[in-house]
Amino acid sequence: MSTAGAIAETPAVATPLPKRRPVIALVLFVLLALIPVATALGLPSHWLSLVTRAMIFAIAALSLDLILGVGGLVSFGHAAFIGIGAYVTGIMITEGRPEALLALPLILVACAVFAAVTGAVSLRTRGVAFIMITLAFGQMGFFLAQALSAYGGDDGLTLAERSTVLGFDVFANRTRFFYIVLAALAGCYALVSIIVASRFGRVLRASRENATRVTVTGYDVGRVRLIAYVISGMIAGLSGFFLANQTEFVSPAFMSWQRSGELIFMVVLGGTGSLHGAVIGALAYLFTEEILSGLGEYWRGIFGTYLLFGFDLRIAAEHWKAIFGPLIVLFVLFTRGGIVGIISKLGRRHD
Amino acid sequence: MTEPVLVLDGVQKSFGALKVTDGVSLAVAPGELHALIGPNGAGKTTLVHQISGMLRPDTGTVRFRGHDITTLSPEKRARAGLARTFQITSTIASLSVLENVALSVQARAAHPLALFRNAARDERLNGPAWAAIEAVGLAERAHVPAGRLSHGEKRALEIAMALTLEPAAILLDEPLAGVGREEGERLISLLKSLKGRYAMLLVEHDMEAVFALADKVSVLVYGRVIASGDPAVVRADPAVREAYLGEEG
Amino acid sequence: MTTSLLIVQILNGLQLGILLFLVAAGLTLVFGVMDFINLAHGVQYMLGAYLAVTFVGLTGSFGLGLALALAAALVIGLALEFLVFRHLYERDHLDQVLATFGLILLLNQGVKIVWGAAPLSVPVPAFLSGSVQLMDGILYPVYRFALIGAGLGVGGLLWFIVEKTRTGMLLRAGASNAAMVSALGVDIRQLFMIVFAFGTMLAGFAGAMAAPILSVEPGMGDTVLILAFVVIVVGGIGSIRGAFVGALIVGLVDTLGRSFMNDLLRLFMSAPSARATGAALSSMLIYLVMAIVLFVRPEGLLPSKGRT
Repeated sequence: MSTAGAIAETPAVATPLPKRRPVIALVLFVLLALIPVATALGLPSHWLSLVTRAMIFAIAALSLDLILGVGGLVSFGHAAFIGIGAYVTGIMITEGRPEALLALPLILVACAVFAAVTGAVSLRTRGVAFIMITLAFGQMGFFLAQALSAYGGDDGLTLAERSTVLGFDVFANRTRFFYIVLAALAGCYALVSIIVASRFGRVLRASRENATRVTVTGYDVGRVRLIAYVISGMIAGLSGFFLANQTEFVSPAFMSWQRSGELIFMVVLGGTGSLHGAVIGALAYLFTEEILSGLGEYWRGIFGTYLLFGFDLRIAAEHWKAIFGPLIVLFVLFTRGGIVGIISKLGRRHD
Repeated sequence: MTEPVLVLDGVQKSFGALKVTDGVSLAVAPGELHALIGPNGAGKTTLVHQISGMLRPDTGTVRFRGHDITTLSPEKRARAGLARTFQITSTIASLSVLENVALSVQARAAHPLALFRNAARDERLNGPAWAAIEAVGLAERAHVPAGRLSHGEKRALEIAMALTLEPAAILLDEPLAGVGREEGERLISLLKSLKGRYAMLLVEHDMEAVFALADKVSVLVYGRVIASGDPAVVRADPAVREAYLGEEG
Repeated sequence: MTTSLLIVQILNGLQLGILLFLVAAGLTLVFGVMDFINLAHGVQYMLGAYLAVTFVGLTGSFGLGLALALAAALVIGLALEFLVFRHLYERDHLDQVLATFGLILLLNQGVKIVWGAAPLSVPVPAFLSGSVQLMDGILYPVYRFALIGAGLGVGGLLWFIVEKTRTGMLLRAGASNAAMVSALGVDIRQLFMIVFAFGTMLAGFAGAMAAPILSVEPGMGDTVLILAFVVIVVGGIGSIRGAFVGALIVGLVDTLGRSFMNDLLRLFMSAPSARATGAALSSMLIYLVMAIVLFVRPEGLLPSKGRT
């Protein structure tokens, strides 16, 4: 076109990237990789499974951050994808087909179909309605799982074995499983980072801020959001696969709406839209849960008593959600930008 | 006489009992700058929305490059080469000027939604984006987030985004509104430099600017075109003077 | 499948619909007028039920207990509004969702601490006990009729307030255009508080009325909350009429689906597979209805006028 042609000799100025490629993420993954070393050196061994579990949820939180943080869509039904991943895994194992290379494609397809169908309906709405509809669809998955009486129904499904890869029982060793999950997390992180930085990601980010502008620029915003929703659902399905293999148990509770709420909190706790924030948020969430629900034992380990100012901490531990709930409220009311936001604020003060 | 790029024929739109667009017909020829003036509440922005597809007329047709686009979605109109700016500036505040314009370049590129192709370093996007940024005089501000631009700079950014859509026609909804005198003059000379290259429909309040720029003027009052034609003739029209210019003093 | 069973199930469906309407009516107003998503609304329903357990037990009178429970539910609701909600009106939906989610965790656990985890119940009041004979061999409990009647009464009252009073006029205007209402010089904060108090009372009332026929247990509000969401989405956000129609649809579809899906499927498939499919399908039925409604009309069946 004429304007472009007229000034074609413009020097090709290198475009500085926003400094998002975070060192934090790299440090984080290295630290995570050292956990099995630490447990070998004396860190209590249940840390290995705790961190594995946290990383599994980090995969789901990461996928949620793609639509919630980057795309600005508050989806309250994300646990359904974890559930689909877990149930496909569990049902395949129960039916005597534990091969992961069979289960994984099936999970991805099932999650993609579920996301495409529910997304096509819910993305026709905005704001409050979108939140309610995704919540309702998530709940639909929950009730469907409850109705699966052949696969445990309400009580859930205990798995006879773990998934195998090409017939080999690779998930049996806890340390190996840890590293496989870590690799999956790092892979998903890289994948989502690439998508966010891509042409597609730019349109998704822009749509979050100003959908009208993006529309009159010639993009079909609804389609862009639906694609993001489908990708996000597929990644969350992967986390369901790992969750089923870690717990060797699958239950409707995997897709309860509280679980979806927890995932949202993980993303917000870490800091929305930054991706590594979602990973940090998931880790922080599970550690907090662990500490609160083990409050009495921790205290006794340190001071040799359950009592704090005459108050038995075992009661507080039993009702840890009553402590956790107000913590969420206070966090929302008094902080902005999550943990990542706080870190970068501190960093700026340092400069 | 060449075929007009944009033709409105008997466009009508009502909100409840209120007729906001009452049988508007007008045509914009290639390279022509057609100004649309009218008092507040005349329905100018509503009309622009109907041309750009954000609203749908009740009756009447909108034709663009010979095709009926009356029921086409806004994004399809944009892709067909119909660009617009907004009365209240509309940019992506957190993205830099360069990224805003590149977003627009990308819409016309071969794979606008490529999932794995890095966008920020893509010279196929940045090259044309730089060209447009230079054309509107924003080169020094290229890496500033759009939200931190001055009002006039945002207007210029919107025009750059419109230009990179390689449009056949541009709808400009009050590009001078709220812009200071100095920036206003810069925008007017920018529009002058674009004249003749694009068909433009300019909605504007600033009479000085309109009569300095326009090849043709239409006057919209209560949703109707009461006069249309050469600026000098329209200015002299007694009905226009009474309905509109008189009000200005 | 018999006619008598059908009649009983239709009445049950109506009764569920009425309960859902009471919960959804307040919620839809809060969404519509305040653009505020309050997940803790279901917890207020639960609190209504628990407070009814306590006060009916204390006073020995259903009527008095109900009145006290309502008053207490209102006080708790207003305290939450003062402490938490009013700081969230200006925030985005994400913050609202999270903070009210935190409240759910607290209050669900809180009732466990105060009342214990075991399900509780409220005796059906003596003057409403017994059954009515509808036709040969069909008995239906009086209390359930009373519940339907009370719900319809409250619905009528709500209709009167919203359609015929000045406050209601402001509510309707606010639901379609909050900026305009504040431009009229109305104290929007006060209006919000009235709307909120209103919603809390309705949810508490629903919980208290449901207490004699449902088991009162922690988490009972969550199920109702999500059903109320479906009701609101189907009916159209901010619309009381929509909430009413949506609630009846959801109540009837859910109840009838659960009782007759099995028989219906038996026409096409074998008994065991009909049972399995029926259970799965009937639990998903209202969500399918919601999806179909939204696909055809994204703004719901009876959207409040002028909402953009």
